[in-house]
Amino acid sequence: QCEEEWANFTPNWLLVRTKRKFSDNEDIVEENPVSIKVMSSYNLQRQSLLDMSLIKLQLCHMLAEPNLCRSVLIANTVRQIQEEMTLDGSWPVMTETLNTNQNPSDRLIATEILCRTSKDCEEEKTFSVVTYDNLHTEEVLEDSLCITSTEEVPVFLPNTFGAWEREDLKKNSDDSKPTDQVFGAFELKSPVATPDPSIDELFSDVDTSYYDLDTMLTGIHGTPKMGPYDLLDSLSSSHSPSSVTSNLSCRSDLNELDHIMEIIVGS
Amino acid sequence: MTADIISTVEFNHSGELLATGDKGGRVVIFQQEPENKNQPQCRGEYNVYSTFQSHEPEFDYLKSLEIEEKINKIRWLPQKNASQFLLSTNDKTIKLWKISERKKMPEGYNLKEEDGRYRDPSTVTTLRVPVFRPMDLMVEASPRRVFANAHTYHINSISVNSDFETYLSADDLRINLWHLEITDRSFNIVDIKPANMEDLTEVITAAEFHPNHCNTFVYSSSKGTIRLCDMRAAALCDKHSKLFEEPEDPSNRSFFSEIISSISDVKFSHNGRYMMTRDYLSVKIWDLNMETRPVETYQVHEYLRSKLCSLYENDCIFDKFECCWNGNDSVVMTGSYNNFFRMFDRGQKKDVTLEASRESSKPRAVLKPRKVCAGGKRKKDEISVDSLDFNKKILHTAWHPQENIIAVATTNNLYIFQDKLN
Repeated sequence: QCEEEWANFTPNWLLVRTKRKFSDNEDIVEENPVSIKVMSSYNLQRQSLLDMSLIKLQLCHMLAEPNLCRSVLIANTVRQIQEEMTLDGSWPVMTETLNTNQNPSDRLIATEILCRTSKDCEEEKTFSVVTYDNLHTEEVLEDSLCITSTEEVPVFLPNTFGAWEREDLKKNSDDSKPTDQVFGAFELKSPVATPDPSIDELFSDVDTSYYDLDTMLTGIHGTPKMGPYDLLDSLSSSHSPSSVTSNLSCRSDLNELDHIMEIIVGS
Repeated sequence: MTADIISTVEFNHSGELLATGDKGGRVVIFQQEPENKNQPQCRGEYNVYSTFQSHEPEFDYLKSLEIEEKINKIRWLPQKNASQFLLSTNDKTIKLWKISERKKMPEGYNLKEEDGRYRDPSTVTTLRVPVFRPMDLMVEASPRRVFANAHTYHINSISVNSDFETYLSADDLRINLWHLEITDRSFNIVDIKPANMEDLTEVITAAEFHPNHCNTFVYSSSKGTIRLCDMRAAALCDKHSKLFEEPEDPSNRSFFSEIISSISDVKFSHNGRYMMTRDYLSVKIWDLNMETRPVETYQVHEYLRSKLCSLYENDCIFDKFECCWNGNDSVVMTGSYNNFFRMFDRGQKKDVTLEASRESSKPRAVLKPRKVCAGGKRKKDEISVDSLDFNKKILHTAWHPQENIIAVATTNNLYIFQDKLN
């Protein structure tokens, strides 16, 4: 049933005549109840597609070396959903919810939930769907990816989304970059400076000639480019200036250094 | 054993040899037996000719990532002498292999015994000329060139130029031109990497040289476009000569539209007038003189269109199917799920679905056409969409350059079919 609905759904802008903002209670009563139900079902499915896509992007970064084509296609899908949600006003609703209810420790939990594989989620059913003001979500079962609602619990979005959105909404920009730093993972992380001669010797025969010069230069200049292990940490830090951010980015650097040391030591 | 998963299949230019590459980095070459005079209806069978380890797993210490040994593509060079040459590539490194036969052994050395021990020169009283004596066939594969360190991203295509001196290799963001004799440098001819990786929205998915014009090549993208480039125009072919793109059908628009438009393979016809592209649901034939839309479109498995959500979830929507032409460009073939593969006869406007499996094909038996029931009442012998096995996918197929012999790779089996001659 899910598939058929997906195949038949029309983008929001085509349904604009029958659509009203969900926060507008009075109008809903006058609307065709069927179309509202279709809309809410569509929104839920769209949300679940968004969640699924974000999980896939997460997993991309955990694999040996992510498939760039797949990551780009998923990221573009996320972008499209997010653009549509921005157009129909669903996006700010979520972000406001986020703003009011979240604190940094919540964001850390969010990362952990999103890092679980979809198989884990099946068992634990920890995902929640945003509730619009006067619309209770129904339990949505979609093949093997289970997304259930717990009432009035705000949605956990990864903060690459949230962080960007919070800042950009203030500027009223419709520049979408929900996949901030997704592709940073594919760049070489700034090399760790090691004066230790034995480590230099270890790397002396490694041919780095094919790494981009610009990548190396950005690394040297310290522009944050992320290695594959940093995305998890970045998700738990908003990139707006705050003490929380600086703590977490220090931590990510240390994690990276630890990881490199592990490889060198061969533990 | 996952290492046995076949990852590429390719006939050589005469069709006598068929090479397969697998996930474990091995290349297996099959050779067609000469025709049997007793059975003139049957062309020779293909038997194993040579097996060798082409690529080994590597570790990139700077990125701390493993480099897979899986063979992504094999391309044969045209035969110039008694030996055969092929290019095989994994994600990062291309190798040129020489495959040579040894059927004769020299015998009768003056200074060496038959077992190899050296003779004392003072015991030599007469001189003789060593002669070659026949021996059991030995096929040796030796790496002649290693083209490394030119790709930051994963190599998806290699293509030998019609000048037979150069070839191109393409990864997600760049295409490099090599000379077969020179391994320490290559020319970058296409670069679509954005200054800021966060702006990346499109990647290169396949590339191929034109079969006759050695200055022309095409590359396809994840957004469903094909660019034809002329190397004479500029050193860096960032500006295409032609851009092939079909406008989107608004009635079929969904969040999955872009993903299913991503082109997984592009192949020129043998005559060089057309090219074929494969996207998730269809095969399209393009006339090189018309950029606005394909001249022919064939639906491979349209019944999957209503299942895109599930296929996205289980990642099948990212499967990269290849396609191929027959020798005279009249039929095209591509794979599907459930070990099905499809053939489209362009002239007769007919298509057929066949299955590659042990159960349905005994040797010498004719393959039975299959049919998938999209919905409604399922007829006898039809298979419903919901019972398709999406783990049994045929991604790699190849067609003999002259005869009606096809090679179809299921996950870890190779099927070779030929049509009956009578």
